[in-house]
Amino acid sequence: MSLLPFCQWLAETPGSIALRESLYMYPLVESAHVLTLCLFLGMTIMFDLRLLGVTLTGVPMAEIRQRLGPWIAAGFVLMVTTGALLFYAIPVRSYQSLWFRIKVVALILAGLNAFVFHSGIDRRLAEWDRQCLPPPAARRAGAASLMLWAVIVVTGRMIAYKWFDCDRQPQPRIVNVLAGCVLPAPGARR
Amino acid sequence: MNLSILDVLPWIEWIAASRLGQAMNTSTWAFAVIESIHLLALAVIGGAVLMVDLRLLGFGLRTQPIDQVARDAWPWFVRSWAVMIVTGLLLFSSEPLKLYYSTPFFWKMTCLLLGTLFAVSVRRKVTLTAEGRTSPVVLKLVGVVSLLLWFGVGAAGRWVGFSG
Repeated sequence: MSLLPFCQWLAETPGSIALRESLYMYPLVESAHVLTLCLFLGMTIMFDLRLLGVTLTGVPMAEIRQRLGPWIAAGFVLMVTTGALLFYAIPVRSYQSLWFRIKVVALILAGLNAFVFHSGIDRRLAEWDRQCLPPPAARRAGAASLMLWAVIVVTGRMIAYKWFDCDRQPQPRIVNVLAGCVLPAPGARR
Repeated sequence: MNLSILDVLPWIEWIAASRLGQAMNTSTWAFAVIESIHLLALAVIGGAVLMVDLRLLGFGLRTQPIDQVARDAWPWFVRSWAVMIVTGLLLFSSEPLKLYYSTPFFWKMTCLLLGTLFAVSVRRKVTLTAEGRTSPVVLKLVGVVSLLLWFGVGAAGRWVGFSG
């Protein structure tokens, strides 16, 4: 099933057009999305580095979760809101962007990683709360989180570049397949 | 006295014409890759700065001693700052003349200089002083000034990309 018709419909809605063509709103939303990196990802990185046992080793993990958790959650809400607005402004190109698709896959994996952590080793936090070096399962979760968020940041930045855009043909077949490009039938006149 | 050494324009032009500047300017991937690293370091420096400033304002890790939070954050601040400067210089070399004449870039560099000086002087001294020796008002003020300066760096930096 393709979401392309939905994205095409979304692109024609008045709000999408207004945001896309706005002089200041789009850059402001984009700036908020980028600067929220400091809040959301900055705090997440500190959380993950604590899981790896390389910083804040004297602070109990429960304390980190309780004190940094609300800031991470607030940053996440801001990230998702501004991110959704950016997609709303430019739905079709984003949907058919190779980078955007890799980013979405990495986001899903980061969500799964967080779910596995919170429903697994985090449930037994009392056992390792004060350890300088958390157990392997916690360290794995921290390392996976850092790597996935790095992929999300880099692919997110790459969306801005048009190297693999569907309207730039010819592209390698693999790019067209992964990006969901709809090409004119062979022999059709452009 | 000859003050021509203060005229940086010849240096800017030299960077633009240098092999590095030319390579950064003409490469398809170099700017994108280095800017991505710049962004990753932004997240780290954001975390290292926010964690301490939020603590100074009485938020975040507020049950931990300020000097401990500051000590833990410091190496990450220094490392990410260094990565920011190196990648920033490379990005600068790709279009030095445009940035030389850019108003947002001027403000970014001003905030960066002030933020860095503040971080290694007043803020470092205040955060490492034993708790109770500094009035809570001063702690909060230091946190606010630091947040404003670094926000200025980030916001002006973002605006560099939007201004032709």
